[in-house]
Amino acid sequence: MSNHSLKVEDLTVSYRRIPALHHLNFSVSCGQCVAVLGPNGAGKSTLLKSIAGLVKLESGVVYFHGKTVNGATKEFAYLPQREMVDWDFPTTVRGVVEMGRYLRLRWWRPYSQEDDRAVTNALEAMQLTPLQDRQISALSGGQQQRVFLARAIAQEAHVFLLDEPFTGLDQPSQESLKRLLKDLRNQGKLILVSHHDLSTVEELFDQVLMINGELIAAGPVKDTLTRENLEKTYGMHVFSGVSHGLAI
Amino acid sequence: MDWLFEPFQHTFMQRALAACVLIGFLNGFLGAFVVLRRMALMADSLSHSLLPGLAVGVLLFKSLAPAGLFVGALTAALMVALGAQLLSKSSRVKEDTALGILYTVSFSAGVILLSFVKVRVSLMHYLFGNILGVSNQDLWMAFAVALVVLPLLVAFERPLQLLLFDPAVARSQGIATGVLNIFLVVSLVLVMVCSLQAVGVILLLGLLVSPAATMYLLCDSFPLMLWGGGVLGVLGSTIGLWMSYWLQVPSGACIVMVLGALFCIALLFSPRYGLVFRWFKSRHFHHESLARWKKDHADNTEPEHKH
Repeated sequence: MSNHSLKVEDLTVSYRRIPALHHLNFSVSCGQCVAVLGPNGAGKSTLLKSIAGLVKLESGVVYFHGKTVNGATKEFAYLPQREMVDWDFPTTVRGVVEMGRYLRLRWWRPYSQEDDRAVTNALEAMQLTPLQDRQISALSGGQQQRVFLARAIAQEAHVFLLDEPFTGLDQPSQESLKRLLKDLRNQGKLILVSHHDLSTVEELFDQVLMINGELIAAGPVKDTLTRENLEKTYGMHVFSGVSHGLAI
Repeated sequence: MDWLFEPFQHTFMQRALAACVLIGFLNGFLGAFVVLRRMALMADSLSHSLLPGLAVGVLLFKSLAPAGLFVGALTAALMVALGAQLLSKSSRVKEDTALGILYTVSFSAGVILLSFVKVRVSLMHYLFGNILGVSNQDLWMAFAVALVVLPLLVAFERPLQLLLFDPAVARSQGIATGVLNIFLVVSLVLVMVCSLQAVGVILLLGLLVSPAATMYLLCDSFPLMLWGGGVLGVLGSTIGLWMSYWLQVPSGACIVMVLGALFCIALLFSPRYGLVFRWFKSRHFHHESLARWKKDHADNTEPEHKH
């Protein structure tokens, strides 16, 4: 595997001594869209959060580009579920994207032209330029998701960790989000997405990580999203309405 | 113009005016953080928990010296604030409940302690304050607090904004959110303690959250909410003080009434979030869309509006 990869070794996380993820090992190379699949409570969000440095690891190491990552890093951008944020906050679309520059800036350094350009470009890339002065509650779900992405781009992140971004989006918004994620992938970014809609996995992602407390399977969608792995991941029963149409 | 400036010819009114400017600005500025972080309940609890500290201050120093009161109130409020955090983290009880228990216990302890105080103090004075009675020492104290708290809030504006808007991302960006939280609580207590003489335990909260809430209805910019809240705090409390002079009513209550009135005006007439404009706008949109619909259907059929 090339050096341009994210590698997780022996990752274990517990909440109040109850383990949520056990000894996960996997490695994914950059330039891919990866779905994290699993039933509710399987630890999808926990996996993303532990890579982002938001929860304490009980054991394990995260490597990026061959180097150990300890907690917070500019290279990783975590995009929370939309409900986790106060959308009535007094700020505009551009204001949120500017937050992506804060860590690079530190508090004593003034906002430079370079920062301004990075923000403008990020807005452009996410097709938000016409909306940049809008207050953020006056946005649709898909637009809000794009604001988060633009902030991550302004941060110049390399790994995008998205928590259920497709939840609650209508068809056109899903389509445009899919296209934008694929653009980012083609630029060599690594996109890690927790996802629960099995019927869209094939069209949206290149790789899957199937987890249920532990890693069940990992690999390219076609080879990995099999009935056998699905049954292992989701217990014995897979909804018949959802499972058909999958490559088995 | 005599009626405008006459009140401020008295020395006590000049001191009160200085207090309005200092305390009004501090509270209005900090209020934005309280409103956006939803700390209003915590602020209220903390303001009540200042009482036993004041009582102990009086008992120990045998006088109403502001420095003694300051230290006592600060200790009491910090104990309640940190105690509530500790209690909620270490047990099943949530923070609001923990605060509810601790501050009422603290307030009761204060009431009991005050009954042992031989110095002439009335409970009413602490509950409602008296801005006309501020001493030079009180003013210096407020000035010192402003000198510490305001520059820090301005310096950490970016990380604080990220903490308020998106705590998870703030943490993932390596911002020490725990430290910032404690900083906010400590600033809050400091500002409260030096506002106590002016408006008292009960009215404190109004001075703190009303200007910020008013700005929240008027603007969509975080820095504007901070500075605007400060300016509004100064404006409201000065007008309130001035009115209380002519109306011969308690100044603290008058200040909070003026701030409340400003809030009501914003609530009704804010261009973007005001109730009146929103109502008009929805009607406007309705007419607009109806007109468009009629136009689109003009060549086909009349809209079926006739019953």
